Amino acid sequence: MHEWALAEAVIKTVSQIAEKEGLDNVSEVNIRLGELQQVDVEIFKFALSQLKAPKLEKAQFNIRRDEAKLRCRVCSYEWTFSSVELDEEAREAVHFVPEIAHAFMKCPRCGSPDFEVVSGRGVWIESVKGVKRHG
Amino acid sequence: MVDPRIPLISERLREIRRVIAVSSGKGGVGKSLVASVLALTLAKKGYKVGFFDIDFTSPSSHVILGVSNIQPEEKNGIVPPTVHGLKYMSIIYYAGDRASPLRGAEFSNALIELLAVTVWGELDFLIIDMPPGISDATLDVLRLIKKAEFLVVTTSSRLAFETVRKFIDLLLELNVPVLGVIENMKMTNSDFIHKESEEKGIKFWGEIPFDKNLEESIGDIERLLNTEFGKALERMIAEKIDLN
Repeated sequence: MHEWALAEAVIKTVSQIAEKEGLDNVSEVNIRLGELQQVDVEIFKFALSQLKAPKLEKAQFNIRRDEAKLRCRVCSYEWTFSSVELDEEAREAVHFVPEIAHAFMKCPRCGSPDFEVVSGRGVWIESVKGVKRHG
Repeated sequence: MVDPRIPLISERLREIRRVIAVSSGKGGVGKSLVASVLALTLAKKGYKVGFFDIDFTSPSSHVILGVSNIQPEEKNGIVPPTVHGLKYMSIIYYAGDRASPLRGAEFSNALIELLAVTVWGELDFLIIDMPPGISDATLDVLRLIKKAEFLVVTTSSRLAFETVRKFIDLLLELNVPVLGVIENMKMTNSDFIHKESEEKGIKFWGEIPFDKNLEESIGDIERLLNTEFGKALERMIAEKIDLN
């Protein structure tokens, strides 16, 4: 996902969570960032700072990288995304649509394209902390 | 843990007036051709039209439209390039001509991703070229695009309609709007599909005779719109879609 679109998604979702939880101010947002998407963290952080919504002005965004691990559904072999050499075109495609990895990658052991992403896919909001509304 | 993509989807679709999913329970009935001609005809009438091919494992609308060497623009998301007056989005921008073997959950993830990042802007119509079947794509469109209306394509074959019938029943059961049924590749005088559609209370859009010249028009949209197929569909659109 594009860094700005991703940041927009996070801000919108955190605002909804804050509303639902009755938070006046959000102080901390913990985000898990999957390696598969190769998000540029600096651009992502910058986008988050620019897009801040009213209740998120003082929020601190903690970003944790999640290593991408893959497992073959045919032979059960496991490998990491970082161990695979992909050209620029493939990396770019996987950046936008991580599932496209199935068009470019195969199991290093048996050659099957039928593998699953065990970890490191997508962006997740792990937790949102803040000050509750009084009354 | 929360997936932040889902709340963004409704925002991305906010400025789209109508979404028409061109579907069928069955494959090989002409969905992509109907979807392409529907989108092109509406654009020709002056409407702002987006076209999204979500047949991720077997996309074909790019061949019909003669699309090559174009890429979307990155601008706070992904802005689809304009092709023959349509804002056109397809997995081919990323997969090229490679096979994309996706299981159901992977299909859903790819669809959510593209719905969350694609910046359509203001549209009168978004036409979706659906994959065949009553599985992930149908269920995801029903779940994620609440304003979707379905246009159902079938052939005259009882074998095709056996599945199409179940597909229509499911949509009706869920109170999803069904715009109508198109009987494509008509070769006999049977009124079986017409009667079956009307018995279900679905508008029968009409029959499109088997057009042996259609194949030669693929990739050439002017030629495509002037085929017997293109003309028949244009008449149906004028008569059956409420454009107000």
